[in-house]
Amino acid sequence: MDIKLISTIASALAVSIGSIGPALAEGRSVAAAMDAIARQPEAAGTISRTLFVGLAMIETMAIYCLVVALILLFANPYAG
Amino acid sequence: MASSPLASAILFHLGPVVITRPVVTTWTIIAVLALGSWAATRRLALHPDRRQATLELIVTSIMAQIEEVIRKEPRPFLPILGTLFIFLVAANLSGVLPGMEAPTGKLETPAALALIVFVSVHFFGVRARGPLGYLASFAQPKLIMLPLNIISEVTRTFSLMVRLFGNVMSGEFVIALIVGLAGLFVPIPLMVLEILVGLVQAYIFTVLATVFIGAAVDTVERG
Repeated sequence: MDIKLISTIASALAVSIGSIGPALAEGRSVAAAMDAIARQPEAAGTISRTLFVGLAMIETMAIYCLVVALILLFANPYAG
Repeated sequence: MASSPLASAILFHLGPVVITRPVVTTWTIIAVLALGSWAATRRLALHPDRRQATLELIVTSIMAQIEEVIRKEPRPFLPILGTLFIFLVAANLSGVLPGMEAPTGKLETPAALALIVFVSVHFFGVRARGPLGYLASFAQPKLIMLPLNIISEVTRTFSLMVRLFGNVMSGEFVIALIVGLAGLFVPIPLMVLEILVGLVQAYIFTVLATVFIGAAVDTVERG
């Protein structure tokens, strides 16, 4: 297999496997925030602000995978 | 194949300095914002008209947000954080205009912004606690946490940069791919989503910068 084929497969794997964890985590955190807002609607502002920051933190994991995939595709140091 | 999202288009050379497209866009945004702010705050009155009321609403709501996070007088932090937020909103939304692309979708602009946040965190930390007190705060709560605290200073700046870059760039990349695959008007819903993502990312970048500064002046838990 040449390096282009390997990089393509590796970048697809990086994004697809790497987004499983953040997807589960974001689902859980949104569900927990909905639960909290339903119990205590007056705290909705604080909860959603914290939720957004937390979601950004979680989403960074998926974005890291995306960046790795893009480096493999467009700036691969081994492709020459 | 779409063009590489990691490279920026070179517009012209200024002596040995290469001027790329995001630089020109950034300077245009800076000029528009600076002139706009100057023109908007030229005649301030005690009884605000509609324009001044809108401005005051923007400034006071940014101040209220900062105060909610830092729990201190927000005035000293308003210039850097307010400017950061307004610039980020303008930069992220500039990609929607035809013929423009968001400068935050290229790696250099988020890197510069993250460096600004990195420097200002230490500036506010040293100013609030003195050089020795600020250095000692890295050994909190135990001395063994020292390497971890130092590493986290670097990694959180890096993740600030990659988060903004990745979100804005991936949106533009997906839109470019769909224009290539499906045709002219198909990606309009995605562009609407991109406006939302741009606003949310500007907000998140600013909130995280606020949290970092708040941790440096020791009113928020270290993030």
